[in-house]
Amino acid sequence: MEPPAVELRGIAKRFPGVIANDDVDLVVRTGEVHAIVGENGAGKSTLMKILYGMQAPDEGTILVDGAEVSFRSPKDAIAAGIGMVHQHFMLADNLTVLENVVLGLEPKRGLALDRASARARIVELGERYGMVIDPDTLVEHLGVGERQRVEILKVLYRGARILILDEPTAVLVPQEVEELFASLAELKSQGVTVIFISHKLDEVLQIADSITVIRAGRTVGTTEPAATTARELAEMMVGSELPKPDTQGSTVTETVELELDGVTLEETGRTVIDGVSMRVRRGEVVGIAGVEGNGQTELVDIILGLQAPTSGRVLLGGEDITQASTRWRRNQGVGYIPADRQRHGLLLPSPLWENAMLGHQDVVPFSRGPWVNRRGARVRTAQIAEDFDVRTPGVDVPAHALSGGNQQKLIVGREMAAEPKLLVAGHPTRGIDVGAQAAVWTQLREARSKGLAVLLVSADLEELIGLSDTLLVMYRGRIVAELDPQTVTPQELGSYMTGAAA
Amino acid sequence: MTTVSGTGTPAVHAARPKRKLPRAMILVGLGVILLSIVRVVADADDLTSAGSFSAAIRLGVPILLAGLGGLFAERCGVVNIGLEGMLILGTWFGAWGAVEFGAWEGVLLGIFGGALGGLIHAVATVTFGVDHIVSGVAINILGAGMARYLSVVSWVGKGTGGGATQSPKVTVDIAKVDVPFLAGGSIFGWDTPDVLGRIASWRWVVISDVAGLLRGLTGNLSLLSFVALLLVPASVLFLWHTPLGLRLRSAGENPYAAESLGVNVYRMKYLGVITSGALAGLGGAFLVLEGAGIYREGQTGGRGFIGLAALIFGNWRPTGVAMGAGLFGFADALRLRNESAVHALLLFVAVAAALAALWLLFDRRYRYGAVIGAIAVGFGIWYVTSDTVPRQFLSFTPHITTLLVLAFATQRLRPPAADGLPYRKGGGT
Amino acid sequence: MNRDRLRRLGFALLAPVSAFAFAVLISSLALWASGNDPFTAWREMLAYANDTRRMISIVNRAIPLYISALAVGFAFKMNLFNIGVEGQYQLAALMAAAVGASVDLPGPIHVLLILVVAMGVGAGWAGIAGVLKAYRGVHEVIATIMLNAIVTTGLLAYLLGNYLRDRSETQILKTHDLPASGRMPSLNRPLAAIGIDVPQGANLQGFLVIAILLGVAFYVVVSRTRFGYDLRASGVNPWAALASGVHPKGMIVKTMLISGALAGLVGMSQLLGFFGRYHQDFPTGLGFAGIAVALLGRNHPAGMAVSALLFGFLSTSAQILDLRDIPKEIIDILQATVLLSVVVSYELVRRLVAASEVKAAAAATAGAATQPAAAALSEEGDR
Repeated sequence: MEPPAVELRGIAKRFPGVIANDDVDLVVRTGEVHAIVGENGAGKSTLMKILYGMQAPDEGTILVDGAEVSFRSPKDAIAAGIGMVHQHFMLADNLTVLENVVLGLEPKRGLALDRASARARIVELGERYGMVIDPDTLVEHLGVGERQRVEILKVLYRGARILILDEPTAVLVPQEVEELFASLAELKSQGVTVIFISHKLDEVLQIADSITVIRAGRTVGTTEPAATTARELAEMMVGSELPKPDTQGSTVTETVELELDGVTLEETGRTVIDGVSMRVRRGEVVGIAGVEGNGQTELVDIILGLQAPTSGRVLLGGEDITQASTRWRRNQGVGYIPADRQRHGLLLPSPLWENAMLGHQDVVPFSRGPWVNRRGARVRTAQIAEDFDVRTPGVDVPAHALSGGNQQKLIVGREMAAEPKLLVAGHPTRGIDVGAQAAVWTQLREARSKGLAVLLVSADLEELIGLSDTLLVMYRGRIVAELDPQTVTPQELGSYMTGAAA
Repeated sequence: MTTVSGTGTPAVHAARPKRKLPRAMILVGLGVILLSIVRVVADADDLTSAGSFSAAIRLGVPILLAGLGGLFAERCGVVNIGLEGMLILGTWFGAWGAVEFGAWEGVLLGIFGGALGGLIHAVATVTFGVDHIVSGVAINILGAGMARYLSVVSWVGKGTGGGATQSPKVTVDIAKVDVPFLAGGSIFGWDTPDVLGRIASWRWVVISDVAGLLRGLTGNLSLLSFVALLLVPASVLFLWHTPLGLRLRSAGENPYAAESLGVNVYRMKYLGVITSGALAGLGGAFLVLEGAGIYREGQTGGRGFIGLAALIFGNWRPTGVAMGAGLFGFADALRLRNESAVHALLLFVAVAAALAALWLLFDRRYRYGAVIGAIAVGFGIWYVTSDTVPRQFLSFTPHITTLLVLAFATQRLRPPAADGLPYRKGGGT
Repeated sequence: MNRDRLRRLGFALLAPVSAFAFAVLISSLALWASGNDPFTAWREMLAYANDTRRMISIVNRAIPLYISALAVGFAFKMNLFNIGVEGQYQLAALMAAAVGASVDLPGPIHVLLILVVAMGVGAGWAGIAGVLKAYRGVHEVIATIMLNAIVTTGLLAYLLGNYLRDRSETQILKTHDLPASGRMPSLNRPLAAIGIDVPQGANLQGFLVIAILLGVAFYVVVSRTRFGYDLRASGVNPWAALASGVHPKGMIVKTMLISGALAGLVGMSQLLGFFGRYHQDFPTGLGFAGIAVALLGRNHPAGMAVSALLFGFLSTSAQILDLRDIPKEIIDILQATVLLSVVVSYELVRRLVAASEVKAAAAATAGAATQPAAAALSEEGDR
């Protein structure tokens, strides 16, 4: 029997204090599309970086076509016929398609770069695999789907027979996904092996020949699309039953806390948000679902005043705040749990008490007049740490010393302790452990029952269904559906999110 | 700041690199025609004389070399504000080499001195991840300190005319050539006619001015200038038409992409930054050998920073840098040669700005059109109401020009995308 | 707790001390290579400084360096690099000298006016870079380089030569002398009062008091006020600061204005306490030296004071070297090496400290920490 294209045995990789991969086994047959699924943070990307030579495993062996290999750099992986398309494209905008493709493996004529033969080769590859693109365009002029094609061309140009695609559909619109899948089919028919990393189960079921599930750095099992369902895969990924919608009684009141009225945002000629109108009432959690990049980030920015809408109004407690500054809004009781906590929510090298006052620096007990109240801030921070179970040796340690879960609890704690009227939360439980997740959910529910209005923006469907009273779906800058989380199914939600049901 | 990056930029400004050169030529052509008209109107013959252009080249070459130095560093992603220090090292080593061995050895040692500065910058920024600006400032201090220290060690009390702040006089035996037939050079002892010089002396509108420009380029041209000018097309060829050049640029655009394709980014950055220093060092040697004929403390006079200005003005392209250096060198030449020609330059600026304003208004960019129009009117009034321009103004013309370009044309500037950003191997997501 | 503090202080000192030691090593090598005995050189320098007159000179030299470092360090606090202090202080010194010489006011008010003019000019010149950065996206380093060059290559000469010149003097280019009411008294009398004999001809500059007050004000504003908090937050993480309600553009402009105002004061100790006028040989290079002082002192007012004194010592004691036939320019090499090595050693020590803090925090939460550490999570890159 032909040896598998790729075989991984007992791969382990540890970072200081973390185990990213722990005993991963994987067998990928030649000429198949093999999907690797797992939640955010399950260790998929680390695994692929190991296979591509970007990181060395601490333990375990890698076999390519039955022969054991040891990669010290991507160069070795490329030489072994492995190519990778990163989720965040590795392209230089200011270089042409041709330059991006041949970089590192340039055809030469004498000392010069042989553009003519490079061009011919790229055109030929593009035609063979149905990915036609002008080699002399600057990459900055290309759209997302085209950029992805350049990435794949890059890999094929190097003669890769094994293609790793890291979350390739995350940035694509549905039509582009279809095009990508067509290309993958073409590749497969010509004997190329594709490893497809994703957490989108419907896509995996559609394109893959085999599916391996990874959870918490371990392989849970390998299956085939015909032998499984999305629900089963999801259970394998999560490891237990999906969370049920909150069955406690509704606390939704009639008082509208936040209202958006025809909010539109245009950026460089593109309509990013298109006439969004919505209301969040006191005691209500409104969830916004959608594939990332459909205007959610900008919507949050507009509500916080980080960006001004092109037209439309934002009202807080009935008052028009469209022109108000971010500082003013925060002081009026708008709490914010950012999706990317390290980038938007923390001062990593600063002590915890300074982190606890971020966004509340004008308010008692953190400041008095123009002065910072250090003692007050420390006392309040210690209180937050206690109430919200932030595990830390003290309030003077820098935030980067805390684990991700504790950082998140600190952020949730600081926003909750300020008793906001409106909480804007983006992915509040992203990347934190189950215990911390449960704690955060409990706190959100408690605050809601006291009349807090919450706008929850998340890509995590379980979280949305588990917490929301009302679910809105955003697609291409518009609210395309309002759903009841008690009755909605992930499939239904998914079809709105991908525009299939619009 | 939290928004996702826009997908699919509109392809309105989709100018290909290929079209750039003609555009640069059109601009130069327009400039010469305008200069010619101004020359006639303001009766300032020196504005376009061969002597002025020749001086512009002599003064522009160090700026050009510093600018090209900046280009190589920034194209591989390292900001180099240490150019001034590398230029200083070039002057010192150039003079020392010329004193000890001879002019061409001086050139080589000047290149070596600058490259040494580049090496230090590379070690600090690339290997140790020091902030590029901090390292650049340190190299400027270091360059000045080292030059002084070495001068004291080498020349004080040696009775050769050198001292702590200057070298002994150097003998320059680098040939100067006049191109035969065009600028009256000789072939086998026969003096050919100086055709361009003749035409230039007729003072015909445009034709004589172009002849003056070309005469400046072809007459009394030192071999060293010739080498320096050749470096412009050489840089284009190297950076855009060789595999190594592509790799070097990729390190400045997206080092992690380059790394993922097996390019040794560290090596590219070392190459770029050391080349940068070498070019600046050559510029320093040029100052000594073609300028003063001696090393003198403070001789560089901030030309490293003007080189940086030329780099920005030239939009990080060799031809652009050459245009910037030519322009700044020209301004410098007029300052030194002829004050009334400087005054005529006001009219030039006024007319050029007026034309630009008209074009902008025609293009419906009213705001910028109005701003530029106001500038045109301002310069026009200045021209009419004054007889001279304080010569100091020309010293900082390059800097003000650069600030204006940065303030009003940022969207047209395209510095390398990863310019100045720290890079660690394996540090990408 | 006490041990913890000691440890932290040890860490804080480790970086500058090792950087300085490295710089001494490099300069020793340079001395040795050029045929001088480094040990003699350093010993002579130390011996030279052990003298009241020279100690006063050290402090006097440290004052402008310190203020320059405050100006640079203030901008550093929000990650702005004001390398334009050089041009700001020179322009400010010229304008302040000219204005100061043209009015006649009673003592303290006269001095105050001069200081206000200097701060205003410095702030204005730096403010151009601030506005360009905030509203046109021009990098402040490039803008301040260009603004420096405008001042030093032409503007000073133009203003001094055409408008502000003392025309009674034909030999040198200078402004009119400040009247006595516009000068600052020395601190010799207070020194004498506490029993220190001031040798003839030595003057401890009165501006020292202002420098100390500025250092204290720097600390209070940066560490104890809401404005300082916003400033530091913007420096540490501009995106988080933005989301917390800091207005980034306003912050950039304000920071550059304050940094420039401080820069305007750099030349004042020498103007008011020594020269009494601006002239063509007014000291230059203080702005760039201030960058080195700020980095060595870790942008902390106390640290910068120590490093300013150190630099003051170096430039004062270097004079003995010339008398011993050792080129005193070795000091420039030493300073440049400090500037480079201090950044490297701070980075190395920072990694050391961060690792130990993560360990400490993990130990304190042991048992509960099943969760990936922050740093590793971002490496995971599954986002």
